[in-house]
Amino acid sequence: MTNPPQAKIDIDSYEAGFLLGLYERMVQIREFEEGVKFLFLEGTMPGTIHQCQGQEACAVGVCTALEPTDWITSTFRGHGHALAKGLSVDEMLFELFGAATGCAGGKGGSMHMVNMDKGMIPSIAIVAGGVPVAAGMALAFKMQQTGQVAACFFGDGAIAEGAFHEGVNMAAIWDVPVVFICENNQYGASTHVSKVMRAATIAERLSSYGIDGRRIDGNDVIAVYEAARRAVDDCRAGRGPAFLELLTYRRTGHSRRDACHYQPKPEREQWLEYDPIVRLGQALVEAGHATTEELDAVRKQILTSFDDAVERAKTQPQPTLADLTTHVLA
Amino acid sequence: MTTTTTPKRVSIAESLRGAITEEMERDPKVFCLGEDIAVPGGWGGAFTVTLGLEERFPDRMINTPIAELGFFGVGVGAALMGMRPIVDVQYGDFLFLAMDQIVNNAAKMCYMSGGQCKVPLVMRAPVGATGRGSQHAQNLERYFIGVPGLKVVAVSTAYDARGILKAAVRDDNPVLIFEHKLLYGSKGARAESGAIDASSEIPEGDYVLPLDQAAIRREGNDVTIVGWLLTAHLAQQAADRLADEGVQAEVIDARSLSPIDFATICASVEKTGRLVIVEEGPKTGGVGAEIAAGVTERLGDRARASIRRVASADIPVPFTPVLENAYVPDVPRIMAAVLDMVKG
Repeated sequence: MTNPPQAKIDIDSYEAGFLLGLYERMVQIREFEEGVKFLFLEGTMPGTIHQCQGQEACAVGVCTALEPTDWITSTFRGHGHALAKGLSVDEMLFELFGAATGCAGGKGGSMHMVNMDKGMIPSIAIVAGGVPVAAGMALAFKMQQTGQVAACFFGDGAIAEGAFHEGVNMAAIWDVPVVFICENNQYGASTHVSKVMRAATIAERLSSYGIDGRRIDGNDVIAVYEAARRAVDDCRAGRGPAFLELLTYRRTGHSRRDACHYQPKPEREQWLEYDPIVRLGQALVEAGHATTEELDAVRKQILTSFDDAVERAKTQPQPTLADLTTHVLA
Repeated sequence: MTTTTTPKRVSIAESLRGAITEEMERDPKVFCLGEDIAVPGGWGGAFTVTLGLEERFPDRMINTPIAELGFFGVGVGAALMGMRPIVDVQYGDFLFLAMDQIVNNAAKMCYMSGGQCKVPLVMRAPVGATGRGSQHAQNLERYFIGVPGLKVVAVSTAYDARGILKAAVRDDNPVLIFEHKLLYGSKGARAESGAIDASSEIPEGDYVLPLDQAAIRREGNDVTIVGWLLTAHLAQQAADRLADEGVQAEVIDARSLSPIDFATICASVEKTGRLVIVEEGPKTGGVGAEIAAGVTERLGDRARASIRRVASADIPVPFTPVLENAYVPDVPRIMAAVLDMVKG
């Protein structure tokens, strides 16, 4: 069940501008994650991090299928979702630096990225905690007939939680517009998904809720986008909820100092070959939409602006002690 | 169609029903979410509070599966998107199932978003020992008063229930309302034996009550007795009998448990010099401990006598009536504590 996907990315029906946009957003996430990893390890930033290198196609493919007025819920591994939903590098970096100018004023941190103007409630760092919340957001959309959709990100680890089953079931019996997105990166902390589930796929378990779960190649941004597009369209047409299992791989540690000694080396190497950014880049070059040099330039441009953002982050004001007890109540 | 005019003398169950009805009519964003609340011919929730509302609001009475963690999360999500859900559990004991959504999400969203999020969620929970054994009986207040971001109130009269429910619905924060099974005045098959009359004359028109204020139920100069829910009533009964013995007790219904109204309580204790806190629930780690500590910190030597707590033993709630009766504080125990303190 965990063999890496083999199919070539099929980009034939898309224009170069759209594809390069996907590429750029995935590189943005990759370089953000690599950059903050370095900043954490050198001790520049406080706290802890849970990273998503290698899973960029999930965040970008899904969020590209959403409208700005749609909403997402995320998890402790949420930087990619936040960037893909439109949060800026600045507001996120400032938050990681604990600054008063961060997206949560320094009170949220890595695991609670938020921007209520951009359709992202605070990431919920309790596993599966966002599943019933997303069902409730979608219930609100349905009751008010707003036409909005909620997209709920979580990992394979969430599938064993009661909150997952309760939330998915209620979304199903009420037909609410929510797309559940399981990023199956195959590891819940250090435990492989096969150790916590007897079924062959997560997707097939959804039939017990009357939901047509589908497993998608989560490292193929086009496949993810197309599946998410269908799911979002279904939800908007009143045929929700929908469920996508995006098969991918967690190449980083669970959190910052985890060296992943429990991941077999051949498995890691095999999955590294299916890097979602490399795969799209190759397709772009083969189709003549971009040269390797042009793709490198995209990366360099992103790196430069990230470095600039880090310099700005270092000089942002920290909250004062007067902020300690504010915002406890609305 | 039921009428919007609230009957003059009503029970807590009727008062809550009337208040919910009026709030749903006033604001289309208000809706109810819970188990067995919207079944035609059904119960109207475990204690008849929402009886018949599904006929009037067929799209806003959302009947849930038995899934407390899930539907409290649904309430959080809907509230984040601007709705004003009223979520209830059949028995307060089931709040433990929903604990993650209440404590980690509802209560923290505002703070951890730097003030961007509001969670206008009303939660209702019946508590109290009523012949149902250990798991349909606990007083849950203690578990929630130390959760920043959550307002916790306890209603002991029909008048309060109406004003507090309405205030909670209009508040932008999560508010947990505790209600007592023996005080509802539920009728028919849902009537409780041993019930206490908590009905009130309800004035015409709309009113709200503050969510942070205790109520002085009886004035006196000799001792302050603080209770809430059932024990607010027991304290008043004890005070009536203490008067026969020449002791004038001031009775305070704490009403707001988070925040605790220390201004009202301390002013009374400064006057009387004595404080007895009556709590249904184990003495250890109870709300009474927080009240006692808070009053001590604030008044120091100005309280003449030591503070007493009349509470349950540190045991689960027993079933058999002889033991359950010994678990719940009663009038003789309250009187004994007061008399010991006054004469000691």
